[in-house]
Parts: sequence; C-alpha cells; structure tokens
Amino acid sequence: MSSYTYQHYPYRRPPELDGKAARRPVVIVGAGMAGPTLALELAARGVPTVVLDEDDTVSFGSRSICQAKHSLEVWDRFGIAQRMVDKGITWEQGEVYLGDQAVYRFNLQPEPGHKFPAFVNLQQYYVEEFLYERCLAEPAIEMRVLNKVVGVMPHDDHVVVEVETPDGRYTLEAEWLVACDGVRSPVRHMLGLAFEGEVFHDQFLIADIRLLDELPKERRFWFYPPFHPTNSVLLHRQADNVLRVDFQLGHDADAEEEKKTENIDCRLRLMFGPEARWEHEWTSVYTFTCRMMQRFMHGRVVFAGDAAHVVSPFGARGGNGAIADVDNLAWKLALIVTGKAPEALLDSYDSERRAAARENILNSTRSTDFITPKFPASRAFRDAALALARDFPFARALINSGRLSVPTLQPESPLDTPDRDGDWVGGPGPGRAMLDAPVGLKGENGGWLIDRLGRDFNLLTFGQDRVEPPDGVTGIAVGGNGLAWRRYDARPGTTYLIRPDRYVAARWRSPDPAAITAAVERAQGRNTGRSPA
Amino acid sequence: MTALRRTLNLARPDDIYNAIIDAHKGLSDEQCRDFDARLILLLVNHIGDEAAIREALKEAATT
Repeated sequence: MSSYTYQHYPYRRPPELDGKAARRPVVIVGAGMAGPTLALELAARGVPTVVLDEDDTVSFGSRSICQAKHSLEVWDRFGIAQRMVDKGITWEQGEVYLGDQAVYRFNLQPEPGHKFPAFVNLQQYYVEEFLYERCLAEPAIEMRVLNKVVGVMPHDDHVVVEVETPDGRYTLEAEWLVACDGVRSPVRHMLGLAFEGEVFHDQFLIADIRLLDELPKERRFWFYPPFHPTNSVLLHRQADNVLRVDFQLGHDADAEEEKKTENIDCRLRLMFGPEARWEHEWTSVYTFTCRMMQRFMHGRVVFAGDAAHVVSPFGARGGNGAIADVDNLAWKLALIVTGKAPEALLDSYDSERRAAARENILNSTRSTDFITPKFPASRAFRDAALALARDFPFARALINSGRLSVPTLQPESPLDTPDRDGDWVGGPGPGRAMLDAPVGLKGENGGWLIDRLGRDFNLLTFGQDRVEPPDGVTGIAVGGNGLAWRRYDARPGTTYLIRPDRYVAARWRSPDPAAITAAVERAQGRNTGRSPA
Repeated sequence: MTALRRTLNLARPDDIYNAIIDAHKGLSDEQCRDFDARLILLLVNHIGDEAAIREALKEAATT
C-alpha cells in the first residue's frame, strides 16, 4: 500500500547481557522524533547516550507531517534540515473555503529574510529515518533497537531500567532517564503517573493518497464543502506526491465502515471528480485528546513530547512541541551531568515546557472547538464568523482552522532577566524565541544569523561598541543597518543574550559586562531569581 | 460612505472570540437568546454611533 520502504535497523546484543554494566549519564526511551534529536543535542555537548526502542523501524504511517521552521532550525545544527527541505514540500500560505468559495488566505511568513520557510511538509517516517541515520554516524550515541523497557525503578540519584531484548533481559543504570516514548508512554504507565485532560468525540478520517494528476501545494481547509456538505475537510501535500485528505466524520460515524477502501474512494470521487485517479498510501480513523502530565519531572525521570503532553492535530503542535521540549532540555541536562550547573536548573524545564504545553493545548483546543463546535451557540457564532468573512476582513481573523505552530512564550522564567531599559518598542524580549535574519559578513550579503551562532550561549551585539563576551559565550557582532536591526529593535550598543535553545535570556540598550555575566549565571541556574545589581 | 468598521479592531481576536463562546457554555437556547440580547444592548450603547449600528443591523440581516 505504501510507497515508502521501511528500513529495519540492525539489532546488536547489548554488552550488559554479558555482564559489562556501567552507569550511563543519560538513557533515552523512544527513537521517534524527540529521542534522537535529544541524543544528537547531548552528543554535540559531549554527553553520551543510549537510546532504547522497542521496535526496529520508523513511524508507521505519515502521522506528523508539518515540520515547523523552529524544528528545522534545530535539525539544521546536525546538517539534516536541508535534506528535509529538499525531500519535502515547502509551504507558507493556506486557503480557507466556505462551501466552494475561498474566504480567507493566510501567509505564515509574510516577510522574507529567513533561512527556513514557515513549514516543510514531510512524512514522519522520513524525519525519523534522517534522524536515525544521523545518530548512527555519532559515536557518542548507542541506538538499541528491539530493546523494550519493561521496568523502571527510580532512586534518589539514578534510575534502574529493566530492558527486554531478543536475547533476554538486562538492567541498565542511568543518572537520568528521559522518556520520549510517545502518547501511550510505557514509562509513564510503569510509574503510575496520571495523564489528565479533555477527550474529543468527533471522528476524523485520514486518507493519504497519491493523486496521479495535478497536486495543490498549499494547505486548504473547507467548511461545509459541496463534496462533504455536513462537515470540514483538510487537504495537505506531502513528499512523493502524497496528499493528506482529512475528513471530519462527526460523533456517530462507524469507523470500521469508513475505513473500507470502497467507502473512502466514494468520498474521494466526490471531492476530486470523475476523471481523477489515485492510489492509497495510508488510512486512519482517529479521535483525539488534549492531555498533559502535572509534572514533566519525577526525580531523575524526565518526560518529553507526546509522553508528557498531547494535543489535537490542528496546528502541528505535537511533533514540533516535542522538538522544542528536547531543545529546552538538552543544554540544561548537559550542564548538570558535566557538573557545571545545579540539578535545580531542570526545574525550569518543567515550568517553561509546561507553560508551552498549556499554550499549545489552549490553541489546539480552540481550533478544535471552532472546527467541531460542541453546542448550538458555539456553532452559531462559528457560522456567523464564516458568513461574515467574505465581506468583512475582521471576521477572517476569527476563523480558526488551526493556529499553526510557532515558538511558544516562556514568560517570567526564573532563568531570564527581565528588561530594565524601558524603551523597547519591538524585538524579542526575554522569554521569546530569537529571530533569524540575513546578516552580511564584512558587508557581504547572503549569510544567516542562525548560521553564525555558537552551540551554547550567544551574545549578539549591534554596532561598534562590542563587549567581550564572558567565558563560554560566543560573541556575534551584527554590522550594517539591515533587517536584523529592525527585527531586534536595535540601536548602536543594543545587546542580546541568547540561550542555547535560542530563546532570549536578557537584553540591554548598552552593554555592561557585570550585568551580562550575572545574566549568564542566572540563565544557568546559579543566582536564580536575583536581579543583577 | 460606510460607518461600520470592516477591518480587525481586536488585539487578540482568539481570546475575545473564545470568551464569548465560553460565556454561552451551559445555557439553554432561551437563555442564550436572552444573554445575547443583553450583550447586544450593552455593546450598542457603548458604541453609540447610530449610523454604524444601523449599518450593522442591515449587514447582519443580509450577509
């Protein structure tokens, strides 16, 4: 059925089965999107990892398809983002239809001047394959397929993991265990931890097909289309000429009936017309939930991605949220296991990423409530917004077919130093993600700001009065007076301290070495909560 | 010449839209109608611009 060839990665007998056991600094459960990304981030910082996965291949089905700019920027550090761009479908615009009329067109990246586009659509199995291959090339990462975690025993300063393999069981000791093992997280179940939230009852049908005719490139969303008049339909293109068609079926649909090829073909025939030809790629009938754990940290066990929080698919906030989690976690964990920061630094992973999960769940729930109104008044307002949208531009802003993933806000994190200069009118303040921009090297054009950043902390200075960055901080002087200056609301002397996860930790109108040092200390969990004098 | 604003006038449209929806949660149809009537009168008085209000009445009837 699928045009994708699933690779089976080689299993190797783990050395622990032959009595060679050593405590590992970090063990990761799950080789989906989040686990391998975390392993790469840790390897780049000199921290070796073992990645355990219960099967030996990548995601079955295309699943998460919209890879956001901020995720691509993470993967670019490991040289695999361009491969994803080349293989995938770049898109920045979308159209919303009411019936057969286009009522609203949006552009997610209206201003040029970024290395990466707003989104690249690429099936999850390709993302996982590229990540997996990149991990295999990394000596500090041990990928262990067919290694299923069957027991987790937390201790004060380590975790003992029991693992089942084709050759029998062994135990592995880890200073830190990171569970990236998905929405049904076996680790979460083994520890008996709650996963509470809201259950949605509307059913949706995904029909991934290869349409053998002309393909639309951009996201299209229909409310009440003539070919499916009672509900909504989403159309999205992926690599290999695959189209994602997502039909809203309603509460009382019969999933088994809907999954039958002849019934799906019937729906597709109405949509694409009598001449169209297609082949089936993957089919799924699904409902969804929005849930999150009360804490993402349980002693030395850390949860990330779908294991910690799950959202509805409208907005591409699942996979992209998971990548943002591990990007936040990796540098903190690396500082802790190398003894450069106190364990308490990880409390900020919990608070920052739970705030992010709440924002993602809020946006995803609102989109879901708009697409599948739960009571008559909600439907009446939804239909009113749709009806007004053609003639009244304001109503277009109310149409919510998915608020697509952008970096979330991390307000008032104890790691960040609040603005002291009161004259900012723009630019990303503390708790916001940094922005990419073109920066010329020695007056030349064509380079990108994200390409000039060092792996860890970065100090961005605008203009001539460049200060010497503290130890371990990469200094970047932005010359000229171009787009980067506007994006950062910069004047000569403006200075930004950027965290390793590319969030802004602090900024100043004129550089002061003592304040910069204090902000770096604070962002690494030392002197947290006290403003520099 | 139109008195009724057509472009967006809200800083956080999703927030206010969802506040309206949440306010209707759990109300019967009749309670919704009564709630909406009170809401419209409050907003109409606040707007005060009779030309805009009359134009909105016309647009809401014909859209």
